[in-house]
Amino acid sequence: MKPPRTAEKDPLWREEVSIFAADERYVNRRQFAKFLVLTSFGMFVGNVWILVRSWLTGRPVYPVRAVAMVDEIPVGGVKLFRYPGPDDPCILVRYSAADFAAYSQKCTHLSCAVYYSRENGRLECPCHEGFFSVRDGQVIQGPPQRPLPRIVLERRGGQLVAMGVDLQTERRA
Amino acid sequence: MDQHLPEQSPPQRRGLTAIDGALALIAILLIVQMWLLTATLESFLAGHREGVLPAAIISGVLLLACFGLYLFVRGVDREVRPFTAPKR
Repeated sequence: MKPPRTAEKDPLWREEVSIFAADERYVNRRQFAKFLVLTSFGMFVGNVWILVRSWLTGRPVYPVRAVAMVDEIPVGGVKLFRYPGPDDPCILVRYSAADFAAYSQKCTHLSCAVYYSRENGRLECPCHEGFFSVRDGQVIQGPPQRPLPRIVLERRGGQLVAMGVDLQTERRA
Repeated sequence: MDQHLPEQSPPQRRGLTAIDGALALIAILLIVQMWLLTATLESFLAGHREGVLPAAIISGVLLLACFGLYLFVRGVDREVRPFTAPKR
């Protein structure tokens, strides 16, 4: 057992900066271990941050709002709107005469704006070529791991009304 | 000058091996923790909140394990390595 280090005999620098080449291996490894533990602490802080966010963020309440008129969108056409908030861009697609679908326009990979490719019949992200089905927003190919959040639409007369957002996180067969 | 570059004694060599082993374990735990953080974030962004608390607890346990291994490394270092210079 070593006696505790005393300032007059063993200054701190001697522990951290050894004058012996053989001791450098120990110092380097100890400092590297310290760095790894600090990184581990950073990972833990990240997990705690997610936990706090999940506690602070309540269940969202979505407004009911008319987002488009049925007649204003031709077959194969799109309309961009924002829902539920002004910072949430969405895309409404009329992919057949009777069918409409609306999704968040943010790609679930890195939030690039997706667009409707009429010739391919799918939503495409130009950044990393992530493709989504226009019918249900599921990932067809590319790096995204999650489907596009779907805007729940209801047809009221000649209006298309947004009722809420379905994150579509449940696995589908 | 050669007297300042001593050969490592057997206890020092063993200490170095132990520290290398501990470093490898810390690295493995850190990789698991990184994976856990990305998986938790992905899950949270997908709307699943049920796994957030267990993930934070597990991450804390991994942090404690890493810190314990660091204390082990420091203990071996203090045990094996002489802090004082040899007298001429």
